Amino acid sequence: MTELTRAPTAPAELLRRLGLIDWLYALALVAGAGYALMHFCGFMDAYEKSFLVLAVPLFSWLGWRWSGLRNMLIAAAIAAFASITLYAQDLGRAEKVFLLKYFLSSQTAIMWMSALVFFATGAYWLGVVARAQFASRLGSALTWSAAGAGLTGLLVRWYESYLISPDVGHIPVANLYEVFVLFTVLTALIYLSYERRYATRQLGPFVLLVISAAVGFLLWYSFTRNAQDIQPLIPALQSYWMKIHVPANFIGYGAFAVAAMVAVAWLCAERGILKAHIPPLEVLDDVMYRAIGIGFAFFTVATILGALWAAEAWGTYWQWDPKETWALIVWLNYAAWLHMRLTKGLRGAVLAWWALIGLVVTSFAFLGVNMVLSGLHSYGSL
Amino acid sequence: MKKTSVSRALFELLSSMRFAISLLTLLAIASIIGTVLKQNDAYNAYLNQFGPFWFPIFEKLGLYAVYNAGWFLTILAFLVVSTSVCIVRQIHPMTKEMRAFKEHARETSLRLFKHHAEFEIGDYASAEQSTRAYLQQIGFSSRENPREDGLLIAAKRGAWGRWGYFLAHGGLVVICLGGLLDGNLPLKLQMALGGKKPTQGNQLIADIPAASRLSEDNWSYRGNVFIPEGRSSDTAILNVADGILLQPLPFTISLQKFHIDHYETGQPKRFASDIILTDKKTGQSLTRTIEVNKPFEYAGVTLYQASFDDGGSKLSLRAWPLAGGAPEDIEGAIGEQRPLKGYTVEYTAFRPFNVENIAEPPADSQSALTQFEAHLGSAAKRTEHKDFRNLGPSLTYKLRDSAGQAREFLNYMLPMEQDGRWFLMAGMRESQAEGFRFMRIPVDDAGRVDSFFAIRTILLDPKQHERLAQRFAKAVAQVDQAANPSADMQAKLKETGLRTLQLFSLRGFESLGAFIDKSIPEKEREQVAGNFIQILKSIVWQAWMVAREEQKLPALEPTPQHNAFIGDVLNSVSDSFHYAAPVYLQLSQFEEIQASVLQATRSPGKKWVYLGSLLLVLGVFAMLYVRERRIFVLIKRDGKALFALSSNRVSLDVEREFAQHRDALRQALNTPAADSMKTAP
Ligand code: HEM
Repeated sequence: MTELTRAPTAPAELLRRLGLIDWLYALALVAGAGYALMHFCGFMDAYEKSFLVLAVPLFSWLGWRWSGLRNMLIAAAIAAFASITLYAQDLGRAEKVFLLKYFLSSQTAIMWMSALVFFATGAYWLGVVARAQFASRLGSALTWSAAGAGLTGLLVRWYESYLISPDVGHIPVANLYEVFVLFTVLTALIYLSYERRYATRQLGPFVLLVISAAVGFLLWYSFTRNAQDIQPLIPALQSYWMKIHVPANFIGYGAFAVAAMVAVAWLCAERGILKAHIPPLEVLDDVMYRAIGIGFAFFTVATILGALWAAEAWGTYWQWDPKETWALIVWLNYAAWLHMRLTKGLRGAVLAWWALIGLVVTSFAFLGVNMVLSGLHSYGSL
Repeated sequence: MKKTSVSRALFELLSSMRFAISLLTLLAIASIIGTVLKQNDAYNAYLNQFGPFWFPIFEKLGLYAVYNAGWFLTILAFLVVSTSVCIVRQIHPMTKEMRAFKEHARETSLRLFKHHAEFEIGDYASAEQSTRAYLQQIGFSSRENPREDGLLIAAKRGAWGRWGYFLAHGGLVVICLGGLLDGNLPLKLQMALGGKKPTQGNQLIADIPAASRLSEDNWSYRGNVFIPEGRSSDTAILNVADGILLQPLPFTISLQKFHIDHYETGQPKRFASDIILTDKKTGQSLTRTIEVNKPFEYAGVTLYQASFDDGGSKLSLRAWPLAGGAPEDIEGAIGEQRPLKGYTVEYTAFRPFNVENIAEPPADSQSALTQFEAHLGSAAKRTEHKDFRNLGPSLTYKLRDSAGQAREFLNYMLPMEQDGRWFLMAGMRESQAEGFRFMRIPVDDAGRVDSFFAIRTILLDPKQHERLAQRFAKAVAQVDQAANPSADMQAKLKETGLRTLQLFSLRGFESLGAFIDKSIPEKEREQVAGNFIQILKSIVWQAWMVAREEQKLPALEPTPQHNAFIGDVLNSVSDSFHYAAPVYLQLSQFEEIQASVLQATRSPGKKWVYLGSLLLVLGVFAMLYVRERRIFVLIKRDGKALFALSSNRVSLDVEREFAQHRDALRQALNTPAADSMKTAP
C-alpha cells in the first residue's frame, strides 16, 4: 500500500529541523507580543494578556510544523503592518493613498480575498478538466493568497475599528459579516492542512466550492445590506468569552464544511463521476473522519464556552434559546455520526450522506437561525 | 452474574450503539420544536395563534415549554440511563483492556490481524535485543512471554486514551444531572408537593397570597427583581406558565442609580446598576455596580443585569380635547392608570431621547463601478448614508374605552422639522402588530400647538360655519375687485363655502373625495378638487383670524409661511378624523425615574455542569487524539518473526505506521548478529 498520509514529526526532530526563518518567525512573535504588552498593557485585562502570551508558543509551534502557514502568517502580518503605517491614524487616507485604496484597507483586502477564492476554485477545476498539474498547484497558491488576504483584511479591520473611536474598537468576530470572513480563512486553512497531510490536491475542487459559496454570501450580504460597516458592540457582546467562543465555533463549522465536501467527492467517486480525479475512497473516509473529529472537538469546546458566556451575560448557562438549541442539534448530529462510524457495517454511503446533511443542519444553525428564527427571540434583549 | 433474559435484553438494548445513535438523533429532532414555536409566551398569545381547538391539545403536549415537558425529559432520561449503562458495561472490559498487554496471544490469532507481516531474522538472541530496543525507542511499553517456540513481545501505547471514554460519557451524565437541578423540576415538585400555586393578574406584591410565595431556602430558582431608582426590593418574581410566583431573597437590594451609556450612533454601550445590598441576617451592607457581563454573587445568589424599565417617571401633560374646549393640565406617571373623559389612560413608556437615522437613502442611479468602489477602502466608511438626530423625549400611552378596547399612542415632546416646517408628531395604532400612523400637528410661529387647536375647534364647530362662509365670501369679493360682484354672486360664494366646509367637517378629505367621485365627471375631478382645496384654505385662514380676534390678537398678513401653515393645518385636521381618541396628550414636562431589572439566580447545578463539561472536553480530546496501538512481535527460534499491529480505530495512520514499523523491524531483525550487536545500545 502506498503512503497516503504524511507522518507527523516528533518534537525533538522538529526542533532539530528548524531553520533561520523559523527562529526569526518565533522571535517576531515574541517581539510582537512583548511590544503589545508594553504599550497596550492598560487596555488589556488579565485574560487578554494571558491569551496574548499563550499565543506565542501556540503560533510558533503551528508555524514550525507547517511552513506554509508560517509564511502566510508572516505575509499577512507584514501587509497589516504596512497598512497600519500607511493609515497614520487617519481613516480618511483609505480614500487617498493608492496602496490603501486598492490593496491594504480592510474592505479592499476582503474583496481581494473573495476574488482569489473564485480564482482558486477556477484553477482547481481547470486542473481537473485539463488534467493540468500546474493549474492545481496554482489553485493551492491562490487559496493560500486568499487566506492571507482575508487575514490581512481582518487584522486591518480590527485596527480601523479603533480608529473610528477607541470605545468602538473590537476584535472582528462580532457580527455575521466578520465571522464569514473568518469562516473563509479558517476553512481554507483546514483544507490546506489536509492537502499537505494527504499530499493530494484532488479535494481542492470540491472544498473550494463551499468556500466560494460562503464568499458569494459575503458579497451579497455586503452589497445589498452594507453589512461591512463596523458597528459598536452592544453590552452583551462585550465579553472576553466572545473572543474565544467565536473562533472555536468557526474551526468547528469550517471542519464540518470540509467534511461535507469530501462526502460529495465520496458520493461522486462511488457513482464513477470524476473517479479518476478523486483520491481513493479510504482516503476520503479518513479525511472525513479527521475533519469531523476535529470539528466535533472544537465545537464541543465552543458550545461550552458559549454556555460559560451565557451564564455571565444572561444569568443562565443554558436557556434553550434557538441559537443554543441548534448548536446542540448540530453537536448531537455529529456525535451520532462518530458513533455510526464506530459501528461495524455502517460505513461509506450512509456516512457520506450523513456528513452532507450535517452541513445543511450546520448551515441552518449558523445562518438560518439568525435569518428565519431571529424574530422569535431577541438575543441579549438589552 | 446471572440475569433473567428480559433484563438481559433490556441491558443489551440500552447499551447498544444503535440505541445510542437513535437516541441522539431523536433528541436532535425533538429539540427543533422549541426553536420553531416561541417558548414560554403568554397563554393568550398561543390561544390567538392556534385557536380554541388546537390550543389545549398543544398545551397537553407541552409544546409551550417543550424543554420541560415530560416526554422531552424522558428522552433525556433515556440518554442518561443508556450512557450510564454503557459506562457500567464497559468498565470491566475497558479497564482490563487498558491494563492488559495480551502477551498470551496465540500465533493463529495474530495471523488473523489485518496488519501482520512475517520476516526472516538474522540471529535469535540479537533479534530479541533489537525488538526491545526498537519498542522502547518508539515509546511503547512491553511485556514478554517466553514460549516453547520462542518469545512473544506484546507492546502497547496510548491505551490510557480509553479513559477518555469514561471521562466524556461520564461528563455527559454529570452535565445532565446538574442541569436537572437547575431546571424547573424542583419548582414543579414544590408546586405538586408544597401546594405552591402561581397567581394571576395584576396584584400589589403585598396582596399576593402565601401559596404563591416560595421559601427563602429554596435552593434553585431564577427570577427577576424590579427596582426603581431610589427604592429597594427583596423579592424576585418567577414567571411560571401563565402566572407568577414570589421568591424572597436573603438580602435587600436598593438601587441608587441606573446608568445607560450610549455610543455616538445611539446604540447602547453600557447598562449598569449602582446598588446597595443589605444582608437580612447580619444587617451588613455592601455597595456594588452590576453590569452586563459582570454579575455579582452573594450568599449563593447571583445577580445579573438583565434588563431595565421605567421606574414610574413623572409626567406633566396638557390634554387637548378633540371635541373642542379648553385644554386641561394633568399629571401622570409611567405605570399608572387614570380615568380620562370616559376612558382609562395607561401610561406605558417614556423615553428621554430617541436617536434615529433620518438620512435619505442614496439615489439608485449610481453606476455599478461607483457602487463597487463604495465597498472598497476602510470598513469605517458610512456607506449607508447615516444622519443621526435626537428626536427628543417621547411618551407612549394607551387609551382603553369602557368596553376594554385599547389603542396605543406615541407622542413626541419636541417638534420635528419636515420640508422646512415644524410639526409635533402624534402616533396612533390599533394593535401591536401595526406600525404607528402619525398625525403631524403643525406648530405656529411661537412653536406651539395652540393655534392649530384653536383653528380646528372653530373649523369643526357647526355654529361657526355660517360666519366663516360669510367671511370667506367677503374676502374673495375683496380680492376680485375688478369683477365688482353682485350680492347674488356673494350669496353663491357663501353657499359654496358653506357646503364645502360642511362636507369637510364630516370626515375631512375623505368625505370631500367621496362627494367628488360621486357627482363630478372624471375629466373635471382634478380641477374641482383643486378648487375645493383653495376654498378650504381660505376658510382655514378665516378661522385662524376669528381665533385671533377672540383672543384679542392682531390679524396677520398672508405670507408664504402662513400659507404653508394653513395648508398643514388643513391636512392635519383631516387626519384628525382618523385619530380615534377624545384627547391629544401633549407632554410638557417630565422627571425621568428609571428602574433596573436584575436577575437573581440560585443554580446549585452549575458547578456540576461545569465539572461535567470539563470531563467531556478532556474525554473527547482523549478519545479522538490519544490513539491506542498494540504491537506484537513473535520471535521464533526457527529463524522467523511474526509482526502484528492493531488499533482501536480504523484510520489511515494505522496503515502508515504499520508499514513504517514493519520496515524498521524487518531491517533491525534481519541484520546479521555482528552488525546488530554494534548498533544495540
Ligand atoms: C450525547 C451523547 C454522547 C456523546 C457526545 C458521545 C461522544 C462520543 C465520542 C466523541 C466518541 C469517540 C468517537 C471516536 O473516537 O470516533 C464516543 C465513543 C463511544 N461512545 Fe459515545 N457519546 C454519547 C453517547 C453515547 C451513548 C448513549 C453510548 C452507549 C450506548 C455511547 C457509547 C460509546 C462507545 C461504546 C464508544 C466507543 C468507545 C471506544 O471504543 O473507545 N456513547 N462517544
